[in-house]
Amino acid sequence: MLKVNDINVYYGSIHAIKGVSFEVQKGEIVTLIGANGAGKSSILNTISGLLRSKGGCIKFRDKNISSILPHKIVGMGLAQVPEGRRVFLKMSVQENLEMGAYTRRGSEINESIEDVYERFPRLKERRRQVAGTLSGGEQQMLAMGRALMSKPELLMLDEPSMGLAPILVEQIFDIIKELNSAGTTILLVEQNAQMALSIADRGYVLETGKIVTSADARELLNNDAVKKAYLGG
Amino acid sequence: MNMSLIISQLINGLQSGSVYALIALGYSMVYGIIMLLNFAHGDIIMVGAYVAWLAMVNFALNPILAIILAIAACVLLGVVIEKVAYTPLRSSPRISLLITAIGVSFLLQNLAQLVFGAGSQRVPAMISGPSLTIAGQYVSFTAMITIVISVVSMLLLTLLVQKSKMGKAMRAVSEDMGAAQLMGISVNRTISFTFAVGSALAGIGSVLYCCAYPQASPTMGSMLGIKAFIAAVLGGIGSIPGAMIGGFCIGLAEAIISAVGLSVWKDGVVFAILIIVLVFKPTGILGKTMTEKV
Ligand SMILES: Nc1ncnc2c1ncn2[C@@H]1O[C@H](COP(=O)(O)OP(=O)(O)OP(=O)(O)O)[C@@H](O)[C@H]1O
Ligand SMILES: [Mg+2]
Repeated sequence: MLKVNDINVYYGSIHAIKGVSFEVQKGEIVTLIGANGAGKSSILNTISGLLRSKGGCIKFRDKNISSILPHKIVGMGLAQVPEGRRVFLKMSVQENLEMGAYTRRGSEINESIEDVYERFPRLKERRRQVAGTLSGGEQQMLAMGRALMSKPELLMLDEPSMGLAPILVEQIFDIIKELNSAGTTILLVEQNAQMALSIADRGYVLETGKIVTSADARELLNNDAVKKAYLGG
Repeated sequence: MNMSLIISQLINGLQSGSVYALIALGYSMVYGIIMLLNFAHGDIIMVGAYVAWLAMVNFALNPILAIILAIAACVLLGVVIEKVAYTPLRSSPRISLLITAIGVSFLLQNLAQLVFGAGSQRVPAMISGPSLTIAGQYVSFTAMITIVISVVSMLLLTLLVQKSKMGKAMRAVSEDMGAAQLMGISVNRTISFTFAVGSALAGIGSVLYCCAYPQASPTMGSMLGIKAFIAAVLGGIGSIPGAMIGGFCIGLAEAIISAVGLSVWKDGVVFAILIIVLVFKPTGILGKTMTEKV
């Protein structure tokens, strides 16, 4: 479904992503783990088209998307829940969801909004409230619901567990699993490697802009080097 | 000083305040979306006035057509300026953008001087109708229409921004450009649309201004633009009703100063208002405390 081939990203003279290649098959949950500054967000933003790779190629459903504008990529079925949620704080919950469906038209949008409310009942109670008044967990739910509004085939999540209490993290990961069972392919970026690997099919380990290990998730959970670096021994 | 003089001055104040308000809306919208004080905004009004003059005097078109052409020219100009001068600087520091805006303003003024000469041209009346007498008080038709049009424009604009898909996209882009793109919103198209709407309001303002002061001159946009800008700051930049309230306040303040016989101090008082606002309440009357993006 997604094939990333030899991408290189620079911030000025900083070479942040150094020849990264990986792929995500239809129906999988793939996780990308790595420490702060490893380049996880940069990779997702490059796939979304917000950053550009020097050379290399990104294929989504066999189409080269490396030079397509970000707002068109969303329409092709590739959505991202960005790091730090970035919901529109001054807009209501409902308006945030409507923005998620910006590439769609027609009356099915209302059905999708109801679907999101069904999945996240707390959002329904707060539909008229501005997003800035939501708690961190509610904002994460809104960010996910908003991304689902575009009906993505591939959903990329950037550290959805960040800053949430353990119980909420469980809840979020359960939802990710549910979404995947319902047919959405997932690319999950996490620092919480334990959680991410426990729901993923495969994982890639990223260190300072390079992929250093890739394996089945279960293998990575038992890999000594990974255990040491990311799973607290 | 008698009552009727006071009332007629108040109506004058509301009339010019309406024009300031329409122009202030353009400043506010553009600032809201790309954080730019678009100094060329006032000069768009000047171009609108010249187009109206050309249409009526040189081409002898009827006033309605002249009004439409003037507004269309403003929209086109606003969108082209954004595309040519501001889009390439989208990721540059804001100061570069500001300097460019000032440059565009000078360019338009000097071009107008080159093409039309430094003197002013008389714009024939575009709007005429019966004047009214309300409670024994004479009110000119143009004053009425100016006030009504500006209030209606503000209401329509509020509706557009709050309810329409494009309006919501404008709010999304102004809050977080990156996240807006991740929603599938085209930032370029949304910003172009914002400039188009702001410039259309400037075009309407230009026509209404010419009803009160029927002259087109190369520099007419600068003082008008600055006063509208002060109105936007006074009301709270970024706020639609704020721009309206600010515009009316500036118009009324000028009228009151003139009524007490101090009209030479008019401009000075307006600038004093700016300084007072910037010192004591930089966010303006309706502006919320700035929540800077992290
Ligand atoms: N806008 C930027 N300008 C300059 N350097 C940047 C910028 N954004 C990221 N970087 C650098 O690129 C590298 C990768 O950053 P990135 O945000 O992709 O890491 P990350 O793995 O997502 O980290 P985290 O877990 O903290 O979110 C870092 O060294 C960072 O300092
Ligand atoms: Mg990150």
